[in-house]
Order: sequence, then C-alpha cells, then structure tokens
Amino acid sequence: MIFGLSIVFVLTSILTVAGALAAALLKNLVHCALSLTVTFAGLALLYLQLDAQFAGFSQILVYIGAVAILVVFAILLTRGAGVPEYRNFSSSWLAGLAIAAGVFALLAWAVIKSLPASAASSAAPQVSVQQIGLALMSNYVLPLEIVAVLLTVALIGAVIVAMPESQKSKTESAQGGGK
Amino acid sequence: MTPLAAFLIVAALVFAIGLAISLTRRNAILVLIGIELMLNAANLNLIAFWRFGPHPEALTGMMFAIFSIAVAAAEAAVGLGLVIAYHRHKKTTDLDAMTRMKG
Amino acid sequence: MIQDLPLNGATQFVDSSVSIVVRMLWLIPAIPMVAAGLIALLKQPLKKTAAGLAIGGLSISLILALSAFVHVLTAWRANGPVREVVNFNWIDLGATHLQLGWMLDPLAAIMLVMVTFVGLLIFIYSTGYMAHDENFTRFFCFLSLFAGGMLGVLIANSLLLLFMCWEIVGLTSYLLIGFWYHKPSAAAAAKKAFLTTRVGDVFFLLGIVWLYAQTGTLLFYNSGAGAMEPAALATLLSQPAAWGLTAATAIGLLIFAGAAGKSGQLPLHVWLPDAMEGPTPVSALIHAATMVAAGVYLVARVYPLMSAGAAAGGSTVSLTVIAWVGALTALFGALVAVAQNDIKRILAYSTISQLGYMMVGLAVGGVAVGMFHLITHAFFKALLFLGAGSVIHGCHEEQDIRRMGGLRKPMRATFITYSVGMLALSGFPIFFSGFWSKDAIIGAAHNWPISKGPFVLLLIGALLTAFYMTRQVIYVFFGTWRGDNHTHAHESPRVMTAPLAILAVFAIGLGALGTPAWPWFTSFIENKSLALDLQGFSEPGLLPLMFFAVLLVFLGLGAGWWLYGAKPVQYAEQEDVLETVSPTIFGWLAHRLYFDELYEGTVLRWYAALAWLSDWLDRRVWGGIVATVSNSFRDLGFTDKTVDSQWIDGAFDKGCEELVTGGGVLAWLQAGRAPIYLRLLGLGILLLAVIGLAVGAATGQVRL
Repeated sequence: MIFGLSIVFVLTSILTVAGALAAALLKNLVHCALSLTVTFAGLALLYLQLDAQFAGFSQILVYIGAVAILVVFAILLTRGAGVPEYRNFSSSWLAGLAIAAGVFALLAWAVIKSLPASAASSAAPQVSVQQIGLALMSNYVLPLEIVAVLLTVALIGAVIVAMPESQKSKTESAQGGGK
Repeated sequence: MTPLAAFLIVAALVFAIGLAISLTRRNAILVLIGIELMLNAANLNLIAFWRFGPHPEALTGMMFAIFSIAVAAAEAAVGLGLVIAYHRHKKTTDLDAMTRMKG
Repeated sequence: MIQDLPLNGATQFVDSSVSIVVRMLWLIPAIPMVAAGLIALLKQPLKKTAAGLAIGGLSISLILALSAFVHVLTAWRANGPVREVVNFNWIDLGATHLQLGWMLDPLAAIMLVMVTFVGLLIFIYSTGYMAHDENFTRFFCFLSLFAGGMLGVLIANSLLLLFMCWEIVGLTSYLLIGFWYHKPSAAAAAKKAFLTTRVGDVFFLLGIVWLYAQTGTLLFYNSGAGAMEPAALATLLSQPAAWGLTAATAIGLLIFAGAAGKSGQLPLHVWLPDAMEGPTPVSALIHAATMVAAGVYLVARVYPLMSAGAAAGGSTVSLTVIAWVGALTALFGALVAVAQNDIKRILAYSTISQLGYMMVGLAVGGVAVGMFHLITHAFFKALLFLGAGSVIHGCHEEQDIRRMGGLRKPMRATFITYSVGMLALSGFPIFFSGFWSKDAIIGAAHNWPISKGPFVLLLIGALLTAFYMTRQVIYVFFGTWRGDNHTHAHESPRVMTAPLAILAVFAIGLGALGTPAWPWFTSFIENKSLALDLQGFSEPGLLPLMFFAVLLVFLGLGAGWWLYGAKPVQYAEQEDVLETVSPTIFGWLAHRLYFDELYEGTVLRWYAALAWLSDWLDRRVWGGIVATVSNSFRDLGFTDKTVDSQWIDGAFDKGCEELVTGGGVLAWLQAGRAPIYLRLLGLGILLLAVIGLAVGAATGQVRL
C-alpha cells in the first residue's frame, strides 16, 4: 500500500499514464496507436478494480477491439510514401502544452481541495449483467434507443463521408482542386 | 489520499495528456486519438464517482459510462472517415496545412 | 267613312293563357339573325349559300308570321281575346326584375306578315340586282340582320326590347347605306343617317327612362301592370312635368322624337334623301317599307300613352303635336320632291311626305287609319323603289331622270308596274290602294275637332304628290331617250321583274281591305265585328270629300301631263318648265329648302367649335399640365441621380474601401488554422472554469 493505495492500482495507473505519454510523444503514428491501445487496456483494468466489470469488458471490446483498430486502419490508409516529412509537433506547441498543464492543475487542485482526508469505503456493489440489462430496458430505454439511432446514423454517415467518389466528380475535383 | 481522489487524479492526468496531444501534434489522426483519451478519462471519472458515490446500486454512473463508450465509438468512426476523405483530396493529414477554411 | 273612334284606346283586349304560336313567336326575329350570323362566317365567293341562307331564313319567318296571323284571325272571328303576351324576367335588380317580353295582337300580326313578305320579295330581287357585286355575302348578312331586328321591333312587348331591336335596325341601316363605303358620299350619308337618328334616339331613351322611373315597368301589357294599361297611364297623367304638361305628354313627346328621327319627320328628315346612296334594294326595304315605318309603328304601339287623358272626341297635346309635325312634313316632302332630278331622291322625298301622312293619320284618326296607310304604302313604295332600281339597272347605273326618257317601249314590264305604283301613290280612285288609305287619313283630318290646318296641308300635299309623280313618270318613261347615245336601255331579268309584278298586285288589291263599306282593316286592328255595309258610304260628308280629293288628284295628274307631257323634254340639259316660270322658288325647292345648309351653319358649326375647343384644352391645357408635372419629375429624377452617383455612391465607395482594409486585418484571424482554434478553445474553457470557481468561492457556493 503506497500512500493508502493498493499496489495494483499504482501499477495500472502508471501503465495508463505511460501509454498516454507515449501516444503523445512518439514519432511513428502506428506506435502512437499501439500505445493508445495500451492506455485503453490500463483503463479497463482500472474499471475492473472499481468493480465495474461490465464497463471494463465493454471498454476492452469496444475501444481496443474497434476504436483502436479503426485508428490503425485510418493511419494505414492515410499514409503517404514513407514517413511524413513534416515535424511531429505543430508550431507554437508550447501554448498547447501550457493550456493542457493549466487544465491539469485546475483539476488536480479541485480534487485535492474538495475531498476529505479519509474515505469511507463502501461495500463493493454486485452488479450483474442481468441487472444492467433490466436497467437498460426500463430506466434507460430512451437513451438506449437514441444511441441505437445514433450508431446507425454514424455508421451510414461515416460510410458516405469516406466513400470514394464516382469517376466523373473525381476528375472534376482533380482538375478543379489544388486551389 | 482516498482511492477516489487517486482515481480522479489519474483521470485528470490522462485528460490533460489527451488535451496536450490534441493541441500540439500536427497529425489530424493524433488529434482524434487525443479526443479518445479525453473521453476515456471522463469515463474513468464517472465510474470512480459511481463506485464511491452514495448509491452504486442505481447503476447511474455505469450506464452513463457505457453510453459514453458507445457515443465515443461512433464519433471516432465519423471523425476518421472525415480524415480519410480529406486525405483522398489533399494527400495530407497535416493539420497545419488544412487551411481551406481560410478567410 | 270611319266610325267615330274612341281616342283613348280603351283596352278591349284580355290577356289570356298563351298558345304555342305565341310561345314560339320569338323564332320569327331569331331565325334571320341566326342566318345573318351564319352568313357572316362565309367566305365572299359563296354567293349562292349566302342568298340561300338569307332567303331561307326569312321564308321560315314568313311561314311563322302567316301562322301567327291566321291564329289571330281565328281568335278575332271567334270573338276571343286577340292579344297574347309572353313576359319573362331578364335582369334581377334586387327587389324588382327588369322584364322583357313579346306579344301578338292584330297590329303585330299584320305588320309581321307585311315585313316578312315584302322583305322576302326584296331579298329575291337583290339576288339579281347585286349579282355582280363582289360583296354579295356581306350584303345579305346585313340584310338578314336588319330583318331580324325589324321583326324584333314588331313583336316587342317591352320598350327596352323594342329599343334594343330599334338600335339593331339603326345599325344595319348605317351598314347598308354605307355599303359601298369606298364612295365618300356613301360613307358620309351613312354617318349622317346614324347621327340624325341618334339625336332622336337620345330623346327616346330619355322617355324610356322617365317612363320607367314613373311607372316602374317597361312592359306594354302585363295583366294590368303594363305601361300601356290604365293603372300606369293614370299614374303618368297625374304627374306634372314642365310647362303645364303632364308626365304622360312629356314622355309621349320624347318617344315621338325617337320616332321622328327614324321616320324622317321634320326636322330630323335630312338623312333620308342622302340614304339613297345605298343600293336600291336597301332603299326599297329600309327606307320605304320597313325601317321608316318603325317610327310609325312605335307611335301606334304607345298610342294608349299618346292618347291618355283625352276627352271623348278630343285630343291630347301629344297627338296634336304629332298631327302638326306630320302635316308639315307631308307638305315639305311633296314640295321638295317637285324639284328633284334624281329618280331615287324624288321617291325619298315622297317617302318623307307619306310618312307625314301616316303620322297625321295616327294622330287624328287612330291606330287603324295610320297603319292602313303604312301597309299600303309599304307595298307601292317598295314597288316604286324596286322599279326605280330596275330602271337604273336598265340604264346602266344612270340615276338622273333628265338623262332618261322613252323607256316605255324597251322596259315594258317595269313601265307597267311602275305606273301601278305611281297611281297608287297619287291616290287614283277606286282601283288603287293608295286612294283608300290616303282618303281615310284626309277624312279623319277633316273631322278633327282641334284644327283644320292639317287637313288643308294634306290636301295640298295630295295635289303635289300626283303632280310630281306624273312629272317623274313622264320624264322617265315618255318622250325620247336623252341619255348617252351609245347605251341602250334593256329590260331587267325575270328575278327582278317578278317581285315587281307581285307587289303591283298587292298595290291594287289591298285597297279592298279598307273601304268604308267593308272596313276589314279597321275592324281587325281594333277587334270589332265586321260586316259588309254599303251604307258606310252614305255617312254625312264622306262622298263629297272623296270627290273633292279625287278632283285634286286629277288636277295634279293633269297639270303634270300638261306641263311635261304635252311638250316633251328634248334634251337633258333643258331647263325644267317650272324653273323657267319661277327660278327662285324652284331653286329653293331643288335645294331642299336649305335645311342641310341650315344645320351645317348652326348645329354643325357649334359642334365643330366645341370639338376644336376640347382639342385645344386637351393639347394645351391638360397636356401642358401633364407635361409640366412630368418634366418636374424628370428633373427631380436627374437631381436624384446626381446626388446618388456623386455623393452617396462616392461616400459609400470610400467606406467600403476602409472596410476592406479593416477586413483584411480581421481576416488574419480567420486563417483556417485548426490547431490555433483548438488552443483557443481550450484556453477559453480553462478561463471559464477558473472564473466560475472564483465567483463561486466568492459567493460562498463553492467550498474551497
């Protein structure tokens, strides 16, 4: 127990943060994507420690199994010939870093300031999938349906946006493009 | 430090890193990765507060987080589709070069 | 002689339930109008079709008119009601309706037969006369339309319907007089006819409106509610107009003004002689037999109104005026006819004179007396006109009688029929219808209690009528041929002489209907019983008057023969005998007593001055005002434009340039650089959060 926190927690949090930092700093995009995957895994472990098994496993399924793969696909599809020539960091990256640091400072200060010194740990809630299912179908049926529609729309929209254009408009845009 | 505070600090850290990625990296896909990280940090906040909150049996936090996961996945799909479409036109994903909305 | 007639025209007729003949009566004018419409659609070369349609249409109308006549005849014989009326609502005026209607009574029946029969004969004559005219179809279209309008006037039971058909008749008269519109004289004559009758029609319309205002109806007979029925007449008699006259008198005089225009009474007669510019069949049909008779018919129709309020054996103001106007017209026409040299113009003035006779007959003797002369006149005047047309045709369009002569031999049939007409017009005794009808009028004038003036004028007129007709016949048919030596007169074709023969038969035979011994006509019109009564001749004063009138006729014939026949005129330019006797008077008569010149100098000059003044006002005054306004607007616009382009636009352009420069500065912000936006976004949220916390802490909502 370090500082009243379990070892597992410390290790997983270090893993998560390291993965995030790696995503921020690596040059190769695919490495960034893979470190993102590590971050997702660490977060899933954190969920498991918080007794949110369903959330953890759905995190693994959705984020690692779909979003990370999607990101990898996108990177591979948008690769030019070889590694891009431009620098990794945009101009005036310091401003962005400063803002991010400011946000972290604000959040950390708020957390530390507002929470009591000792925490009363409550009992671990026993959440079964059946309970979640019942909740989804009763209390949360409206968000469920809306999210279903949202996913359909996003699916169709993503397909349309990424769809290759027809030959005619492609030649038009090739001639008219480059402005 | 209470476990809750620890989780929240971790979440804040991940959030800040994700924000830094979005604001400083030059590649458009990395911006989207940063956004995903931010969303995940928010999810972690939600689950932490759910676990250490007054009524965990109400499943509110968990539900919120699950829906957030779904929405984030949809948003990632669309966003990456946009980047791919732009790349098809301009053969670049350099955010600094995406100035067609200029003027 | 004629029985002493009740002058107030007491209604002896009873409106009855309507028979099929009367219900179908509207077909009589409608069929020729439809024929006119169809002919109007034809192309010019289709002459046979046009003539066929017109003649066919009028023949059907003739058959229908004969059946209507027989219907009335049987009703009269059976002592049943003889007037049948069909009225219908035309326009809904809210509380009331404007009604139209048609009627059938003895007067209408006999007029229908006369008009359709004479019209049919003239139509047939026209196919020969106009055969070489290129506008043949147009002629028959107008003729047919005229026939429809005239028949409409005859059967109208409403003053409004009568007026509408009256206008159709006037229009077609204009179209037909000006048929050869290329000739300026014909166009001018048509215009003159239309305008002169228009003057009469304006007064007529005023009378109609006044009548409607006073009585609320324009129907003649309407089961007691009509304008010619006692209730309405009583209303009109009780309403005073100006100068001590009653409304009945005033309306009667206004309506007579319309009749005077159409029937060529003094002073609205000036159009009739000029109307001879039209083709001869037109003159025969319109200006002898039918249209000019429409005015007389109108007076006969409104006779109850004209004679309302008369004491027994007396007369009314309206009738007195009509009698005097008619008598003066009769004398005037006869005087002027003596000095005319155009064959048709003599007949035109003769018509004016005879129309005066008819008006006098109506005024002093009642409806039957005037209408009998109208019927007989229609036949023999049409005969005379068609005969004149035959003469003109035979002399190759020559119309001056001084250039004719000796046509007795080459144009036998025309000569015989023309002589019959001439003797009928002159009033040759016993055998010719004109004698009976004219003598009836003279007799009634003699018995008129108001004045003997018309009687005297009519006698002089009778003398002159015989005189000028003899003069004309001698000039045309006797003596030697004074025309162009190279042209020879020839007889007209059968299609033209056959109608002449038929009309001649009627000119003789119709006299039998009006003798005092057997007054069929009077009894028929006035729905009285009829009996052959030779005692009718022994009425006091009848036979002496007849002998005196016959004496005057022979005097006229003899004078004409003595002056013109004994020493025949040798050559065309020879002066007229009367001219040598008294050149000034002859000159006045030849110039038609200078009526046209009088109108030219007074009315027309005033009218021209008014027109000139209106034009001057329009161009100078109103035009000047308009021009000033428009010029000021134009200058205003110019000033506006200068201000706009120089100052406002200049200022605006300068402002825009500044704006563009300023925009360039702001455009830097819109560089489209996404990372910068994101950073700004993040910064903004951070600042908001900090501010929110600070404020919350300050207000105590956030525990720090």
